[in-house]
Amino acid sequence: MSVSTCPSSPVSSRDVQACEPRELDAVDRAIVLATQAGLPLVPDPWGAVGREVGLSGEAVLERMQAMQARGVIRRVAAVPNHYRLGYVANGMTVWNVDDAHVARLGREVAALEGVSHCYRRPRHLPHWPYNLFAMLHGRSHDEVERQASVLRECLGEACRDHRILYSSRILKKTGLRLAGSRPGAASDIERRG
Amino acid sequence: MTLDDLDDIDRRLINRLQDGLPLVARPYAAVADELEVAEGDLLYRLERLREGGVLSRFGPMYHAERLGGGLTLAALAVPEADFERVIDAVNAFPEVAHNYRREHELNMWFVLATETPEAIDTAIAGIEAATGLPVYNMPKEEEFHVRLHLPV
Repeated sequence: MSVSTCPSSPVSSRDVQACEPRELDAVDRAIVLATQAGLPLVPDPWGAVGREVGLSGEAVLERMQAMQARGVIRRVAAVPNHYRLGYVANGMTVWNVDDAHVARLGREVAALEGVSHCYRRPRHLPHWPYNLFAMLHGRSHDEVERQASVLRECLGEACRDHRILYSSRILKKTGLRLAGSRPGAASDIERRG
Repeated sequence: MTLDDLDDIDRRLINRLQDGLPLVARPYAAVADELEVAEGDLLYRLERLREGGVLSRFGPMYHAERLGGGLTLAALAVPEADFERVIDAVNAFPEVAHNYRREHELNMWFVLATETPEAIDTAIAGIEAATGLPVYNMPKEEEFHVRLHLPV
């Protein structure tokens, strides 16, 4: 258990390397609006979306493939409810990591077990010295703490200090929505726990 | 619906579909072939998992900034005596998508999502005025990973 599982080489992240954002045109935007609450559960979902936005199923599929290729769509996927699957402990771990090494180490810890989101963010000195955030998901606080200890080991001497901030109360939870759209939409922020 | 209600096929389906649906003409049929179940069975199970709340949703995960919007994580250090008032003041802003209490001096953490990147600063100024507290804005400077995978 004390063996480090830190990957020896940085894992490439398609999100980091993806091409620059490009404006959505009106057709893309119509597809986003029609699908942000979810994809229809029918054999031909593209055709079903197409009927809603006035396109053929083939055109919808091509548009969605293109949006995925340029990173507007991360993937089309199932989003599990953490709590229902038994992942009741969600810890936002925050780390004070040497600026000279944070880019490399961020990629390494992002690949470790339990990490869903991992970002570099600005410090607010003197109150907030932490510049690396990794969200951990476990079935118990003990499991999250075990995951965090693996991260601690991976970060090594470049890390001066860290904290685990557990969420103790959900104060508000809505999805991201484009204007004029339906509730229940999702993007990056949907899964933050 | 809980974990105990899931059979082996449900679990394989949840694990498989967290990785993403292939963008092909009959995507559910393609996954059904992989899992060696009928397409109709897969669709029925997926609907049941979604309706039963095991899945929060099923569909495209959009990258907020690439949709042209603004997104940031921000925090407040709220005095305990004032906490309920500040919840109401912060949640009243439609730009606040998620808001969590966390156990730290910075005890309120929220995500702001706006139609344009410029609107983030306006929302922060509004929240500072409404709460009388300084907002610690922590926009992402680099993204290493965004992928929730919870094996069942």
